[in-house]
Amino acid sequence: MLDGFWLDVKLFMAVEAAVLVAGLVVALVRHSRAPALFPLRLLATVYVDVFRGIPTILLVYLIGFGVPALRLSGLPTDPVVLGGIALGLSYGAYVAEVYRAGIRSVHRGQRDAALALGLTEAQAMRHVILPQAVRRVAPPLLNDFVALQKDVALISILGPAEAFRIAQVIQGQTFNYTPLIAAALLYLLVTVPLARLVDRMGGAEGVR
Amino acid sequence: MSAAPAPPPAGPVLAIRGVTKAFGPREVLRGVDLEVREHEAVALIGASGSGKSTLLRCIDLLEEIDDGDVFLDGEVITDPAVDPVAVRRRLGVVFQSYNLFPHLTALQNVVLGARHALGVPREEAERRGRELLARFGLAGREDDRPDSLSGGQQQRVAIARAFAGRPRALLLDEVTSALDPELVGEVLDAVRRLKEEGMTMLIATHEMSFAREVADRVAFLHEGRIVEIGQPESLLSDPRREETRRFLRRLLEAGRI
Repeated sequence: MLDGFWLDVKLFMAVEAAVLVAGLVVALVRHSRAPALFPLRLLATVYVDVFRGIPTILLVYLIGFGVPALRLSGLPTDPVVLGGIALGLSYGAYVAEVYRAGIRSVHRGQRDAALALGLTEAQAMRHVILPQAVRRVAPPLLNDFVALQKDVALISILGPAEAFRIAQVIQGQTFNYTPLIAAALLYLLVTVPLARLVDRMGGAEGVR
Repeated sequence: MSAAPAPPPAGPVLAIRGVTKAFGPREVLRGVDLEVREHEAVALIGASGSGKSTLLRCIDLLEEIDDGDVFLDGEVITDPAVDPVAVRRRLGVVFQSYNLFPHLTALQNVVLGARHALGVPREEAERRGRELLARFGLAGREDDRPDSLSGGQQQRVAIARAFAGRPRALLLDEVTSALDPELVGEVLDAVRRLKEEGMTMLIATHEMSFAREVADRVAFLHEGRIVEIGQPESLLSDPRREETRRFLRRLLEAGRI
């Protein structure tokens, strides 16, 4: 079961890294004003609406079973990879909105001051707005990651031997619920420290 | 479109011609004409909402004007073909509420523009940044963040920041209005120092005694137009226009002069 949990943690870290980057890109596109970016902006809006609106478990099903059923060459068939993509698409939409809220929360005067110094819009975003936005949304971002770490268990429906799946198998063989409790404890081992981290960051923000 | 650095232009540093600006149905500027000459400090006075801030924002291209022209050193800057970033690098702005960057130290605030907008190497920018902070009485506060500084200190950092890019002109927008009364003096001292160094300035202000002391000319903005402009002594003591007289009388009654 430890091996299974290790798979969960690895998947969690890979998806989290991808989501942090992709979410930021989507948020920046949605925040942009340039008329030339309109098609991208539309795409980003549709992406967020669709993937935030579909239950994560349904996405895992659709992508995990649907993509292999297309029998197209070149598409991944590994259930862990497909499950990771489904989770990434779902959480990327949430994280993009968190970033965007953070960017919008930075007072307009900050942008004015940055532009008045002769910075470009991109430089103002990079040096002035984003650093403040990211600091502000760090607690809600971590909160999403606690949720992601738990939802990694959803890929068990696709069959890979992750912790929850293994616990179910053992429980099915022995009619003993201990393995499920063990799995629950393993998840807590990661999510509780993450939650403490959220608290500490929230506290630090209050002091500043 | 001058290639080689031209000799100091004989004309005004800033020339504003017939500038209009409306926000929706609200016409804020209705044809403003104003010039600021080299080394001159022009005080812009007028009631709240008379368009002083809007005018300064339009000059720095933070707002788009509806009609008219603004010239900087004889070149039109309000043409859509002009790169606003290049224009803003030649001007400095100090805002009413300081607008310091809270995640950066005082020194980082001062050097950000030099480093990223003007491409000055880090060491050189920081050396000059320290010099500037010291000049405005902030030696030893280089590594403090804005929230650990007083309002007066923050505004002095903001002045140093605007000055760091060696602008052709500084636009000061009610730089003492957000301050507690006992902190106003130190910021006005900083502006006096800029004046002594020959900085060209357009200063929107409510401080009539300060306008009288520092400004070479005072312009009264009323209902979106400059209705009277002149030497501080004559305009403030013996205004010609009825609107100016009424404005000054109200300030007097409110104990603001």
